[in-house]
Amino acid sequence: MFRATMRNLLARKLRLALSAFAIVLGVAFVAGSFVFTDTLSKSFDGIVNGTTPDVGVEVNNATDPADPSGAGDVRTIPAAVLKKLQAEVPGAERVDGNVTVGNVYVVDKDGKLVGGNGPPSFAVNFNDAPSITGLPVLSVDQGRQPTGPGEIMLDEFTADQAGYKIGDTVPLATLIDQNAGLQHATLTGIVKFGEGSLQGATLTVFDTKAMQDLFFDGRDVYTDIWLTAKDGVSQQELRDEAAAVIPSDLTARTGDDLASESQDDFEQAISFISIFLLVFAGIALVVGTFLIINTFSILVAQRSRELALLRALGASRRQVTRSVLLESFIIGLVGSTVGILLGFALPPALTALMRAIGIDLQLDSLVFKPRTAILAYAVGIGVTMIAAYLPARRASRIAPVAALRDDIALPESSIRRRTLIGAIVVVLGAGFMALGLVGSGGRGAALVGLGILCVLLGVAALSPVVGRPVLQVLGRLFRPFGMVGRLATQNSLRNPRRTAATASALMIGLALVATMSVLGSSANASIDKMVKENLAADYVISNAIGAPFSPGIAQQASQVDGVESVAAYRSSPVDVDNKQIWGGAVDPEAFNQMVDATVLDGSLDDLSGSTIALDSGTADDLGASVGDTIDMDFPGSTQSVRVVATYDDNPAMGQYVVPFSVFAAAKIRPADSYVYILRDPDASPTQVRSDLEQVVKDVPTVSLKDQEEFANEFKANVNQLLFLIYALLGLAIIIAVLGIINTLALSVIERTREVGLLRAVGMSRRQLRRMVRLESIAIAVLGAVLGVVMGVVFGVVLQRAIADQGLDVLSVPYVRLAVFVLIAAFVGVLAALLPARRAARLDVLRAITTE
Amino acid sequence: MSQPATNATVPDGVAARAVNLTKVYGSGLAEVRALDGVTIDLQAREYTAVMGPSGSGKSTLMHCLAALDHSTSGEVYVGNTPLAGLSDAKLTELRRDHIGFVFQAFNLVPTLTAEENILLPLAIAGRKPDRGWFDTVIDTVGLRDRLKHRPNEMSGGQQQRVACARALVSRPSIVFADEPTGNLDSHAEEEVLGFLRRAVDEFGQTVVMVTHDPIAAAYTDRVVFLADGKVVDEMRDPNADKVLERMKTLQASEFSSTTADGV
Repeated sequence: MFRATMRNLLARKLRLALSAFAIVLGVAFVAGSFVFTDTLSKSFDGIVNGTTPDVGVEVNNATDPADPSGAGDVRTIPAAVLKKLQAEVPGAERVDGNVTVGNVYVVDKDGKLVGGNGPPSFAVNFNDAPSITGLPVLSVDQGRQPTGPGEIMLDEFTADQAGYKIGDTVPLATLIDQNAGLQHATLTGIVKFGEGSLQGATLTVFDTKAMQDLFFDGRDVYTDIWLTAKDGVSQQELRDEAAAVIPSDLTARTGDDLASESQDDFEQAISFISIFLLVFAGIALVVGTFLIINTFSILVAQRSRELALLRALGASRRQVTRSVLLESFIIGLVGSTVGILLGFALPPALTALMRAIGIDLQLDSLVFKPRTAILAYAVGIGVTMIAAYLPARRASRIAPVAALRDDIALPESSIRRRTLIGAIVVVLGAGFMALGLVGSGGRGAALVGLGILCVLLGVAALSPVVGRPVLQVLGRLFRPFGMVGRLATQNSLRNPRRTAATASALMIGLALVATMSVLGSSANASIDKMVKENLAADYVISNAIGAPFSPGIAQQASQVDGVESVAAYRSSPVDVDNKQIWGGAVDPEAFNQMVDATVLDGSLDDLSGSTIALDSGTADDLGASVGDTIDMDFPGSTQSVRVVATYDDNPAMGQYVVPFSVFAAAKIRPADSYVYILRDPDASPTQVRSDLEQVVKDVPTVSLKDQEEFANEFKANVNQLLFLIYALLGLAIIIAVLGIINTLALSVIERTREVGLLRAVGMSRRQLRRMVRLESIAIAVLGAVLGVVMGVVFGVVLQRAIADQGLDVLSVPYVRLAVFVLIAAFVGVLAALLPARRAARLDVLRAITTE
Repeated sequence: MSQPATNATVPDGVAARAVNLTKVYGSGLAEVRALDGVTIDLQAREYTAVMGPSGSGKSTLMHCLAALDHSTSGEVYVGNTPLAGLSDAKLTELRRDHIGFVFQAFNLVPTLTAEENILLPLAIAGRKPDRGWFDTVIDTVGLRDRLKHRPNEMSGGQQQRVACARALVSRPSIVFADEPTGNLDSHAEEEVLGFLRRAVDEFGQTVVMVTHDPIAAAYTDRVVFLADGKVVDEMRDPNADKVLERMKTLQASEFSSTTADGV
């Protein structure tokens, strides 16, 4: 049987290549996801090890200065502690003090930020203390060390990106108050960071005194202290020695401990990327499975006489099944191998894509673990063989006597049973969705997701039945094409399973695209509504990714003529009852003018001193009401505050609002996230605007927006994500198109004699091509219509499920969805090109006399 | 006719004509001369049978006359139109508007009803059927109660009668039937052959049928015998016995010539 199998494979190269392509894409995604995350993880390990000391001393619950989403706290370690450690820790080879501050951005020659999207940008003092790798964290690569506040070194990547050479003056955007945070310094050298790259992070190096002067008002303080062990002293011993010396508000930790914490944080951060990618791999494989089932079903149908002959000659049912399975194994093997190779192209493509939406990542040499190969082969071969199993089993049931008959019908499992199972799965899915709507939060959304999966698969099973009316309506649309249209419709109806399976692949892709469209459109509508209803301010100054910026900007804006008032919003997460909530600190009087809050209980006027106003939902979760006192756990301290008001969900306010005094007491670094500006009604809008532009002109971390632009900035984020998802789902659609090509090509071969007959009785090549094209359009539009209808339902249900998380306006983008269906029709035309040409080229005489 | 008559030498009353027609497959040692200088006139309003042993070239002759195949040399006329040099589109049009076909098997489009199959050539051409003629044809083949059926709901004989009706409904200049009764039982065979006969007698159609069955040949006006790609004989007003006799001698001579050639 093996030789017969191989010969079959070789005789059908093109068809198999088409179906193997689905496997190739799916496996490429699986392998590529793993290669990508492994590579990222390895590059990051390099950074972690290069920046971890034998023992580090830091303030308790220190915040990571490299985290760009928060301003961090302002707690420091006095120089006395450094001196004490140097004098009293015998196991330390050396003890060095570090001053590290986040959110220090390099501005390039064109006035734009270098990096700043994702990877952190920070400033440190220069010291050559070694990390656990034994190498100094920093070393001078070119030029010399900086001395004094006017001099800096940059890492090579940043200097290159920004286009600065030694001796140039470099503008920096920081969080410090003066001059709206903008500093200028002369580049004195290029610093080398450990051994590896910085993964897109930017590094600005001052001398120690300059760091203290700029960021800590000249106090002789450090943010953390590194201890390097003498030979023969373990990390643990050194830690214990250090711990005995330091005051109780500081913690000493071993390098291993620090490194593993950083790695955990990182793994968590990138796990979202790998889950995201694996979801798409899953979609590609599900769609591919349909394609393979279909291809094998058709191949088996066409070969049924040959298989029956094998049976008549004495091959057992098992041998026939095995022969078909062996074919699928070989296709899976070849497809997976090509897929793995293609997987190596994914990480560079992905980094390019992420760079296009503003996330900088640099990849070192790609990491390929055996686990990646094993999983990729298991998935690729497994999926192919599972997909081939059903047709294989059906093949084995062909009666030997069929070899002698003229026309063979393959035994088909009853369509009624399939319909019943499909209906049950759909009902089950609908049930999950309903439960999800009743449930709340993440669990509700998860249930809805499960429901969506069930409905998708159920409808795919039902599609031979539900597809029929759609095809009949399409047939009516094809009427102007006369007999050609009628033949195309009939052809699409003659094998409902085949048409349905082919359309299902497209259906799944389009259902997901339509779901995302509805959600995206609803998100945009919700943003518009949110801005219109909640914002009274005329202008907003903010950072595109929500990173904090210097309070000096608000101060300068308030001095512009025609500005009535200015209110800053400083955001920070905080733990209450071990739950993290996001909110911010404001000057209540100014802020109330800018934001239209709907106060449900208490009054925002009472917001002063140790008080807090809570979002009503958050207040419910915390079990707090007006008059209660709650504890806010900041990294450095705990603040007890009294609840003075609760308000209706308001994105401009977040989950909580406190006066600035609470953040000051908590030692949160003062840095603004949003600055709201109200114009004097009598002032000229153009003049005020252009004066305000002058304030932010030199500070590329922030921009000035009116209400509409502010909304658009949010929407741009939504749309960016949407297009990323569209791009990835495009893959599923490519696979689906291949499926249509495959099905049509196989159908044309199967109907060779019919084609010959049609040509003999006078159908022109043009008409024949049109017939194939219309059938292709029918399949594509069927998939698109089913997909879009389901996608709208899914989108609406998901929107309802997460309506309380800010997505409170439903908006269905009808025009865009109609365009999707039109695109699908066009895709149908494209898919028909090859099969139609093939049909038209058939020699009439040979076709009509073919066996 | 779309093509103006370019050759006035085809006399009226000739529905199709072949002049010195040759058809060669392969080359060199593998060369097979399927047609070797066939000249024949097929008379209008006549029922002609083309007979001959397997490999005599009878099917090839029909394919060339019916614009389904190209000859190697020689000329073919359908009506006054020479086929030489016609594009595929023109040939398609010619088949659609002037030629009717009945094949041995797989004659109908399985997705269409009997009525749709019958009207297929007209529908492809985008023409309206002549209702009166359609009714006449339907009643003659006796299919009125089967019009909404699909091919798989009909017997072989019924299917073949549908095919005959389709061949006639566009009033072609000539109908070619390639072993139309090859797959039928004797009763169905009688019906189909009888219908073709009536098409000639009552409707003035022209029918050319390739067959190897003497009984089928007996329904025709004229039998043309082919052997080794040549016209070797013809017979007017045939009957089954005479045809059978003639076929036997042809087969015998072919056998002897084959052995003599030592092929």
